Amino acid sequence: MLRLPKFQYLTPQNINDACKILADQGPAAMIVAGGTDIYPKMKRRQFLPKTLIGLRKIDDLDRISGSAKSGLTLGASATLTEVSSHSVVQESYAGLAKAAGAVSTPILRNMGTIGGNLCLDTRCNYYDQTHHWRQAIGWCMKAPSGKGWPVLQDSKLNQSGVPCRVAPGSSRCWAVSSTDSAPMLIALGAKLKLIGSKGERVISVKDLYNDDGMFYLSKAHDEILTEIQLPPSDGIKSTYWKLRRRESFDFPVLGVAVALKQAKDGTVEHAKVVLGGIGSCPFEMAEAQNILTGKRLTENQIEAASQSVFNPARPLDNTDFHLFYRKRMAPVYLKRALTELATMGSNV
Amino acid sequence: MAKAKSEFSVIGKSLPRVDAGDKCTGRTKYADDLRLPRMVYGKILPSIHPHALIKKIDVSRAEKLPGVLGVITGRDLPIQFGIMPTSQDEHALALDRVRYVGEPVVAVAALDEETAEEALLLIDVQYEPLKAVMSLEDAINIKEPRIHDYGPEGNLHKIVSIDFGDVDGGFGEADHIREDVYFYQGNTHLPMEQHSAVASWNPSEEKMTIWSATQTPHYVHRALAKVLELPDHKIRVVAAPVGGGFGGKDDPFSHEICACKLSMLIGRPIKITLTREEVFYAHRGRHPVLMWVKTGVTKDGKITAMHFKSFLDGGAYGSYGPASIYYTGALQTVTYKIPNYRFQAIRAFTNKPACGPKRAHGTPQPRFAIERQLDRLAEDLKLDPIAIRQKNMTGPNHVTVNWLKINSNGSKECTEEVLKASGWKTKFGKLPKGKGIGFALSTYICGAGLPIYWNELPQSEVQIQVDRSGLVTAFSGAIDIGQGSNTVLASLVAEVLGLYQTDVSLVTADTDLTPIDLGTYSSRVTMMMGHAAIDAAMKVREPIFEAAAEEMDVSIEKLEARDRVIFDKENPENKLSFKDAAQLAEAKFGPIGAVGSYKPAPKIGQYKGSGVGPSPAYSFSTCVAEVDCDAETGEVKVEKIWIAHDIGRALNPLSVIGQVEGSVYMGLGEVLMEEQDFRKNLHKIPSLLDYKSLTFKEMPPVETILVETDEPNGPFGAKEAGQGPLSPVIPAVANAVYNALGIHIDEIPITPEKVLKALEEKKKGNPPRVGPKGIPSYNFPEPVKVEVPAEWKR
Repeated sequence: MLRLPKFQYLTPQNINDACKILADQGPAAMIVAGGTDIYPKMKRRQFLPKTLIGLRKIDDLDRISGSAKSGLTLGASATLTEVSSHSVVQESYAGLAKAAGAVSTPILRNMGTIGGNLCLDTRCNYYDQTHHWRQAIGWCMKAPSGKGWPVLQDSKLNQSGVPCRVAPGSSRCWAVSSTDSAPMLIALGAKLKLIGSKGERVISVKDLYNDDGMFYLSKAHDEILTEIQLPPSDGIKSTYWKLRRRESFDFPVLGVAVALKQAKDGTVEHAKVVLGGIGSCPFEMAEAQNILTGKRLTENQIEAASQSVFNPARPLDNTDFHLFYRKRMAPVYLKRALTELATMGSNV
Repeated sequence: MAKAKSEFSVIGKSLPRVDAGDKCTGRTKYADDLRLPRMVYGKILPSIHPHALIKKIDVSRAEKLPGVLGVITGRDLPIQFGIMPTSQDEHALALDRVRYVGEPVVAVAALDEETAEEALLLIDVQYEPLKAVMSLEDAINIKEPRIHDYGPEGNLHKIVSIDFGDVDGGFGEADHIREDVYFYQGNTHLPMEQHSAVASWNPSEEKMTIWSATQTPHYVHRALAKVLELPDHKIRVVAAPVGGGFGGKDDPFSHEICACKLSMLIGRPIKITLTREEVFYAHRGRHPVLMWVKTGVTKDGKITAMHFKSFLDGGAYGSYGPASIYYTGALQTVTYKIPNYRFQAIRAFTNKPACGPKRAHGTPQPRFAIERQLDRLAEDLKLDPIAIRQKNMTGPNHVTVNWLKINSNGSKECTEEVLKASGWKTKFGKLPKGKGIGFALSTYICGAGLPIYWNELPQSEVQIQVDRSGLVTAFSGAIDIGQGSNTVLASLVAEVLGLYQTDVSLVTADTDLTPIDLGTYSSRVTMMMGHAAIDAAMKVREPIFEAAAEEMDVSIEKLEARDRVIFDKENPENKLSFKDAAQLAEAKFGPIGAVGSYKPAPKIGQYKGSGVGPSPAYSFSTCVAEVDCDAETGEVKVEKIWIAHDIGRALNPLSVIGQVEGSVYMGLGEVLMEEQDFRKNLHKIPSLLDYKSLTFKEMPPVETILVETDEPNGPFGAKEAGQGPLSPVIPAVANAVYNALGIHIDEIPITPEKVLKALEEKKKGNPPRVGPKGIPSYNFPEPVKVEVPAEWKR
């Protein structure tokens, strides 16, 4: 089998120590929580860190606290199983239960964490391959040599001159944001806390991401995602629809996250529609939100909102399924998501 | 020999498999579980070019890496090998040329896998790239460069052109003729276990021992002797329990030979286990086949003639290809009476991993084509799709126009049973929009009539030894790859000797310890090893019965054995335990043991190509698939599969049903999503995540109906179960999709994209179809006219 390259494994007892190691070692050190993304990528030599910093010894990093009324806080190391099966999540943030519960397989959800899913490396079927395969087809912009992450980080990545294999004329990388939880958390208006060697800050989940396959996270290298803060549920209904070849195991090649708040008469007071799996970051569908807001969820409204996401959804040919099929499914999946919410009872 | 079922004591019962306990508790030692003292590890450097000349290999930096013990290249193993006498075209490590991305080039031995992997990165290979031949069309059109310097021309490996009967006359008698084109995409075996081998050279004995995950220890033995230039008796091949093969472990492989060579070089045992990606490159999977079929029928649906053309994309090596090409034409006549039949085919070389035998070798592709076309013919003639098949079905004791002899034939019963179980009559044409139901029939051989290399020797042999403790040990060369052959062996011996299955100890698949079995392929093991086991057991029983008869003072004909007791049938109180009887026999005759063997009757066809298709018996399967299609997403959900299988006799119904369900699972993967897909000259998705096959969530309920026809040539009447039931699943689903949405998906897999495309064509008023547009223009040589059997002469 493919073997892990050699590395040093450190287990700091608190988050500040972890940040310090990151700051001291720079790109040669990386964080590991569940390991379901990083270990396969080390075996395939996309990442060759000298040091891995395990988060398991840090207390309370996996704690889920709060309530639907006050808002729920998810420790970044809470597993996807813990998040998706948490009673408050299931009752008041149903879309998140669905999204977290749709990641990969039960076994991987038992290991994979919510923080890890948010920081999931962007994916591309020219990039997520072994060292040998990538050497055979030619290196790509995101991994422009066989040398792996720390070396790459040192050498101004996107100036390597190596093309993006999926869009060879492009000056940027088009690897796909493949996290299920991010679009849903953005739709729910969640925030997250980053702790770094220079202090901590809270940003919206949306602001964690850049529209760039290589530099997809806005956080500094020595910042660690510690918690996700869900706002009070406040009667918001949410759901998540995921396109993939099979009902388990597969990454999303389209994710549709919707969160709505309706008045007593059914008028939509607030709507968030976020698409994942179609580009290098999750995308908010402003036009669909505008169409929905202030109206009732009639069949016509649902249809109009759904059609409006056809144009903004611009997938490329670097995942499973034909890209045009993925684009075509965006309105279909949004329609189904909205129809589900329209027929769902109030969630208050 | 065949007894009425009520008399069997072991056979026909759903007993647990003899190895189930070990497998379920993790005790089974697969090849990769083996650890020998001082054992080291090997890794193989794969080619990064689809087609290139090797100019130079520099391994000096790798050799200097601490922990590296040995490095070998093609120069160290220059002798060619291959599974068939006509396909000796492989090198363990590429010699002067690489022919696909992933082809083994250099092998390294090191103290651990990490070091071996590191060493591969230090090897410098200089290539001179050649034009890559990546498709069937390429292979026909690109004459130079040639991938191999043999074959009829350019990049063609083999051409077949053959006539049975008066084909033109047959079409002349037809009231209606259809021509259709179909494509069956290539796919791979996807066994859970990756290939693995442990080789250990003993320099003082000058003897090689290899434990390997192989379906064919005997053929591996032959290949090793040839390539390593060792005498046969200085090589011992042990097939470790195989964690799934499906045809993917039927060939001798590079890693087996490299492990042996490295062990000889460094004097230590070495293990090489392939990565999942390497398994995709080792391949030998389903050939992608483009097919054109022209069929003539009378007004009432009777077939008057068929002309079938297959174009096989063989990949970079011969492998089983010379057989695969014939299998795409051989069994059409076994399911349906085709009085006049022309078969023409090409197998081409391309710069991709070699194709070979995958479950139901070479026959699911034509089955897809003809079962799809029969539905169309029925519609053209306004006939029921079942009725047109019933009109043409073969029956028992039938000789086909291409000289295949069918004995038992349950196709009629299987059809009736599967229709009844599925409620076909209440569903066909009556289901709501988007839902549909489809039917198909298929057949498969129960063992290839001929061995892979020509010889007159038995094809399976079993030795039995009786211990005075009452224990019976059976020795057989057959390897259980999960299909249950160990259980079959134990149960047959137990049945004959009146013991329990668990009283029989097994020693299998070890060329030093066990007599020959040719291997687990072509659904031959139950048939051939089964006969050999019964033969040996009957011979062992003889002296035991003789001694018992004397002791019990009855004539030997009155004796019967069951439940560890030998008794007088007419006076059951007069009895003796098996153990006591065995001791009496040992006292009287000396040690009790015997050997048995089996060799199929000679084939009856005497034409070039007649070696592919003959079998002691043919199994038959019918399938009904019910689907629910989403016209908006194009998704096809298979709701249920009903499958009836003519098993001859179920030696162990539980085990048979397991094989049938496994076949259904694999067939559904092929029809719905599996694709050996290439992009920019290499495998697009060589991983378990990206190569899509069904998960539990996609697997529908399967209802299996076993039909027993008591095959006269079968051991206790049994036929095969491991492969045949795969084939009807694919066309049944495709036919159901047509029934649901009125669209023809004429190439598998049936993906959501294709369904939507066909629906769009339908909306536009175009033919509602997705599939190949045509076949390459190629002038086949004039067909060889074969004289047909007497019953087909006019």
